[in-house]
Amino acid sequence: MGSIVYIAGLGVISAIGNNVAEHLASFEREKAGMGDISHLDTIHRNKLPVAEVKLNNEELAATAGLPADMSRTASLSLIAAREALNDAAIPNINDFRTGFVSANTVGGMDRSEDFFIDFIQDNSKGKLRNVFDHECGSMTEIVADQLGIKDFLTTISTACSSSANAIFYAARLIKNEMLDVVIAGGTDALTKFTLNGFNTLMILDDEFCKPFDEHREGLNLGEGAGYMVLVSEKVAKTLTRQPYCKLNGYNNSNDAYHQTASSPDGTGSYLAMKGALEKNGLQPSDIDYINLHGTGTPNNDSAEGTAIKRLFDPDYPPMSSTKSFTGHTLGASGGIEAVFSVLAIKHGIIYPNLRFETRMNELPFEPEKKFSKGRNVNHVMSNSFGFGGNCTSLVFSGI
Amino acid sequence: MKTYIRSSACISPQNTFGNDNFLTEVVEYNGTRLKAIEPDYKELVDPKQLRRMSHIIKMGMATAMECLKKGNTEMPGAIITGTAYGCLEDTVTFLTRTIEQQEELLPPTAFIQSTHNTVAAQIALMLKCHQYNNTFVHKGISFESALLDAIMLLKEQEADNILVGGTDEMTDTSFTILSRLGLYKRWPVSNLDLYATKTRGSMGGEGAAFFLLTDKASKNNLAELTAIRTIYKPENIEDIEKRVVSFLADNDLMIKDIDLVITGKSGDTAHDDIYEQLYVSLFNGANLANYKHLCGEYPTSSAFALWLASNIIKNELVPEAVIERNTQKAAPKKILIYNHYQKIYHSLMLVSAI
Repeated sequence: MGSIVYIAGLGVISAIGNNVAEHLASFEREKAGMGDISHLDTIHRNKLPVAEVKLNNEELAATAGLPADMSRTASLSLIAAREALNDAAIPNINDFRTGFVSANTVGGMDRSEDFFIDFIQDNSKGKLRNVFDHECGSMTEIVADQLGIKDFLTTISTACSSSANAIFYAARLIKNEMLDVVIAGGTDALTKFTLNGFNTLMILDDEFCKPFDEHREGLNLGEGAGYMVLVSEKVAKTLTRQPYCKLNGYNNSNDAYHQTASSPDGTGSYLAMKGALEKNGLQPSDIDYINLHGTGTPNNDSAEGTAIKRLFDPDYPPMSSTKSFTGHTLGASGGIEAVFSVLAIKHGIIYPNLRFETRMNELPFEPEKKFSKGRNVNHVMSNSFGFGGNCTSLVFSGI
Repeated sequence: MKTYIRSSACISPQNTFGNDNFLTEVVEYNGTRLKAIEPDYKELVDPKQLRRMSHIIKMGMATAMECLKKGNTEMPGAIITGTAYGCLEDTVTFLTRTIEQQEELLPPTAFIQSTHNTVAAQIALMLKCHQYNNTFVHKGISFESALLDAIMLLKEQEADNILVGGTDEMTDTSFTILSRLGLYKRWPVSNLDLYATKTRGSMGGEGAAFFLLTDKASKNNLAELTAIRTIYKPENIEDIEKRVVSFLADNDLMIKDIDLVITGKSGDTAHDDIYEQLYVSLFNGANLANYKHLCGEYPTSSAFALWLASNIIKNELVPEAVIERNTQKAAPKKILIYNHYQKIYHSLMLVSAI
């Protein structure tokens, strides 16, 4: 125990790109991924903007190398997880115990929705193939089989903090010497189920979202997947290239306030951020950039901002919500944003918080508005908070 | 470091909750589905909140609260749950309304409570517990993943008195779909004849079992959870045997040291062939028990098995209802649980007397 866990590979797909390189380009161009709904069959088309991955189901499955009727959730997952594994390029990976810890919130719901249309008319109808992989765990299993991972696999689902918890759990599997290599992160596809669910909560913005802005009106849903390859010190020594960074801190705390709303003072967020810093004795002043949870809902941003004020006041590091580019990718967001956090260290990037105009009344700070790179970014905090009060913060540090 | 089970609680299709009788009067079911016997929740959960709670949330909350009470613990150091299907009732409600009402005028409650972490979250909310909170949703090893998380937290000295549970509910809809997928028998049977009916399919089940884990020794602990291991898609029977042997060897044991083996025999001939073969090979001569005729088959049924094993050790007796073979030993000291789900996910748990 106490050993260092390194990040050796990255993979990501979202509305702003199908791989890491495309994401970096989109960030530099400050180009958001939101737009009208084009793939999802819903009455909200042309009314609610979403951040869709720019490939239809068949294109996505073909890119992943999966059957055409595969759930988008699994296709997104495989594309990003494979990129991460290839990026890590671990020599003699077969000599190591390798695991896959993935997260998602609705599994194969996109296919189950098709099944249910026929099923609710007549319970003997509906193509069983469409519901066979409904479970969250099925997504993980499909991808693990494609990647040839057998030593350990599991799935975490804690709403919007799911994949941050997957990365957290993966690191502990390595520290407890159960595994040497773990691909960890998460995936979620846009579905009618989640779009309508968030719509009933009246927290969707019908314009492009404005995280941390005084006049923010809600979130935009997105989809995608983000994974990283975590390796032990032993594996890190075999790499031909230096790892990106290390996972230096993590904490999972619960807000215990309400099933969906955050407490006004952001208790859970505060405890998660504070705990992640304390894990390796870091001070708030050590943090060079915060990748905010920053959904753009009045409630989240107020609670998260209040918690940041309590922990960081009076010196605030640069911070931004990359959900202003990708939308809120739910169970994938922690993984996707962890990838961005690692890239921030690698390239010295501070991401802009798009469309920010007005500082929130209750906060003495505001997010970054412009993209910049080549800066000195050594410690990055990534926040992921979700329904059920599940709050997780990760801290990545340069080597 | 050792992991002890301080207390347990279980809601199942048997009278396992709020009842000191240890499986003395087995409930018989004729059909293909076993439903959990629900206690009077009003004594355990605020009736105002109860109204909105689905079946799985009620089962989970009540079991968690009872487990804490039995363990004389007000505030757990962490809350971890495993569920393969999550909150099916609310999921199906919201999905059906979305389709039938063509996405219009939908109430939010079912969606809010449909997320897989709802049970763990509701427990935290009721207790105002700000500690570590996690939910695993990986098919036949959802509960085992949660247990592993708890064991690691104890080893890391991050938490003590960890509340960990496995919950799954069966709804009419999931029963219909899983029946169509061939998981359950095509004709009604008695659960008491489950293993004698040599046909495909099992009986559907459901339930919730929670445990309070600690690394502190105490004479009041139920048992020690000595070790746990999961296996994904083993190559063949020989591979399974090899892995069981090495699991025991890693704990300085051989099969002859095991006083009782509890297997996950389900009555499905396509799945039970593994157990039948082990009965005459590796487990030849071992005292055998099984449990799925009591709780039915579901992905987190291993939580029921762990409840059974820890209470066998505490009560120093093997209930007649679970005996498959032999069991002349009145007070087993070492119990091995071997379960597989759909032949894909296999798990081993070693439970020892303290």
